[in-house]
Amino acid sequence: MMLFKPVLLWTDMLLWLLLAGVAFYVWRVRQREHLLQPWRRLLRSRSGVASAVVLLAFVAVGVLDSLHFRLPLEKQGNGAETHYSPEVLSVFDLTVGPLRKQVEKTYSSPFAAQLYTKETIELPGGKQVRDYPRLKFGGAHLREPARELAGDVAVTALQGSVYAFVLCGGLTVVLAIWLGRRRGISPGAAWTMVLQGRDEIPWRTLLATIGLLVLFVCLATAFSAKYHIFGTDKVGQDVFYLALKSIRTGLMIGTLTTLVMLPFALLLGIMAGYFRGWVDDVIQYAYTTLSSIPGVLLIAAAVLILQVYMDSNQELFDTVAARADIRLLFLCVILGITSWTGLCRLLRGETLKIREMEFIQAATAFGVGHFRIIARHILPNVMHIVLISIVLDFSALVLAEAVLSYVGVGVDPAMQSWGNMINGARLEMAREPMVWWSLLAAFVFMFVLVLSANLFSDRVRDAFDPRVR
Amino acid sequence: MINYIIRRILYAIPILIGVNLLTFALFFVVNTPDNMARIHLGVKHVTPEAIAKWKHERGYDKPLMWNSAAQGAKQASDTIFFEKSVAMFAFDFGRSDEGRDIAHDIKTRMWPSLAIALPVFMVGLAVNITFAMLMAFFRATYIDLSGVVLCVAMMSISGLFYIIGGQFLVSKLLHLTPISGFDAGSNALKFIILPVVIGVVGGIGSGARWYRTIFLEEASRDYVRTARAKGLSELSVLFGHVLKNAMIPILTGAVVVIPLLFMGSLISESFFGIPGLGSYTIDAINAQDFAIVRAMVFLGSVLYIVGLILTDISYTLVDPRIRLE
Repeated sequence: MMLFKPVLLWTDMLLWLLLAGVAFYVWRVRQREHLLQPWRRLLRSRSGVASAVVLLAFVAVGVLDSLHFRLPLEKQGNGAETHYSPEVLSVFDLTVGPLRKQVEKTYSSPFAAQLYTKETIELPGGKQVRDYPRLKFGGAHLREPARELAGDVAVTALQGSVYAFVLCGGLTVVLAIWLGRRRGISPGAAWTMVLQGRDEIPWRTLLATIGLLVLFVCLATAFSAKYHIFGTDKVGQDVFYLALKSIRTGLMIGTLTTLVMLPFALLLGIMAGYFRGWVDDVIQYAYTTLSSIPGVLLIAAAVLILQVYMDSNQELFDTVAARADIRLLFLCVILGITSWTGLCRLLRGETLKIREMEFIQAATAFGVGHFRIIARHILPNVMHIVLISIVLDFSALVLAEAVLSYVGVGVDPAMQSWGNMINGARLEMAREPMVWWSLLAAFVFMFVLVLSANLFSDRVRDAFDPRVR
Repeated sequence: MINYIIRRILYAIPILIGVNLLTFALFFVVNTPDNMARIHLGVKHVTPEAIAKWKHERGYDKPLMWNSAAQGAKQASDTIFFEKSVAMFAFDFGRSDEGRDIAHDIKTRMWPSLAIALPVFMVGLAVNITFAMLMAFFRATYIDLSGVVLCVAMMSISGLFYIIGGQFLVSKLLHLTPISGFDAGSNALKFIILPVVIGVVGGIGSGARWYRTIFLEEASRDYVRTARAKGLSELSVLFGHVLKNAMIPILTGAVVVIPLLFMGSLISESFFGIPGLGSYTIDAINAQDFAIVRAMVFLGSVLYIVGLILTDISYTLVDPRIRLE
């Protein structure tokens, strides 16, 4: 029997396809100096490297969370066929082990040792009292939470910081040695260069960002073994875990949508600009029609229809995850269909400009075919527009996911996403006493991701837009 | 000018036909009336008779495009396509799946929508332009830099948080305004203030930053250098020259949304319990009322196209060089 059964969801597959595409792009860029140059410029700006590091951390979580599998259930007697659990797990679930498994009964606030609601507790003597029961996991090691909690939190924080400090120290030493080797100076000289900010790459910002990230990871690891950092939700799940799981959803919406719409936008935009005439008319008509329908309504209509389809064909999906995944994929497709028009229009305009240039005329005079001209001469010259608009769209798409989930046409309610967390928080905020931590967690995670995406896209635009230079 | 407008309206017809065909395909071909009936009546335990009855009550039991059983012109007109889709060109939206008159609902519900959306638009525009002018005035100083940083931070916050945070702070903690609701006449004011303020604040980040880029682009032009060289103060350069010339890009973004203000805002209306078209649409989506969603898709497209035409007309008002021929 196998230890586990790998599960390849549709969105996972597309993500790997996307990563392969990115790897191919990196390989190509590394060989060509003129393509490398804008990236160098990007790496020299402080907000560029800082936001890139944060984005990479998010991507790492998202990728780990995209390696899915199902664990086998216990065997029923000898020779029986192995059945696998209907629960689809990811590698990320394993790495954060305790976070997933430490499920309480219901709401508990951040760093609490007791539930948020009073319950009737039976005392050993048979007497009953109304009190806040202790949590099963959060602060379970404390004997008297009221007295010990603050001290224990401080000690845990100190422990986490020490780990972070040691890790960061090691990292700086490695950096100094590596940089010294590369620049041909001693590690000590390299270190002073970094400290004084004399190198072209802003190492200080880079180190500070990585240091903060390491500190955050160490503190989170130290705390989440004993406490619920962002409390627990209605069914007792750790909110911090939910927020981390939502990263994959956000990233998928932000990137797969682009992957879906890119072929349409590229092909149609360049065709319209290059061939002009009736091709241009048809394509322009298509995108004017699509863009005149309000986006949210088109998405709502399409998702409603998908829901009807899924409700009538429930036998097609063997697990909840597969069902949620199809819906996520479809949402990306629909968002892609509503958002390709902007890029298509830009590409058409740029192609119209480029096709009149001398090098295209020269290519035509040499008898180069249309396909080759588009692939060799036009495509490389519009790639900067594509890149800028991909990065610019990313943050808008992450924000759109929250709004759509709130409207009820976003991702599946069973899928962890920031939109679903905010949606649930709406009722929790109306409770008395108020439950605010789900909202806070969703806010913090979304804000950090979108802010770094915005900063990064600004720098990408500065580095790649020839008009800015 | 009149000729131009007529021509633009004629151009709009094929686009609206396209929108109409697309919605028809989405709502009746991809998703058949049988499916709709099943959703409304419950997926399991539904009899074919119940489906047939549901379809008949709403007129969904006719042939899709061509009624071969009917006589003469009725062959084309006694169909779902003609009754549900073509009729929308006459703004006859028919009845919702619950049996309400959609056109009447739209007429009563667009005013509350407008009461929120119009002030948000006007005040928002004024505030954004003011902030952008300030940043352009102090360009390349720490005031400008911190303004841009603030804008980027503000635009990284989801609109949902502005609403939830605003409701919590203003209504729940400070008790300044009711949390949600609406009233007729002048009583509506206390319900309108909070959504308007939140709408404006939520839009400052992206708005002010966008106008700042426009102003800075204009400010680097030659005529601005000439204006400075002849001794004009920075203020009169900004207001007399930069702002005037930046009107075209400002109008491009702003005028097109004016007709869409009637549609209201989906999110803020549903949070604040405003009985406008935005919450109408959300309720329809949640109740899976396809007739209303279809009507709103068509109405939205019409208003967008009207907005595009208005944008072109507004160009001639601010720039005498532009003539619509």
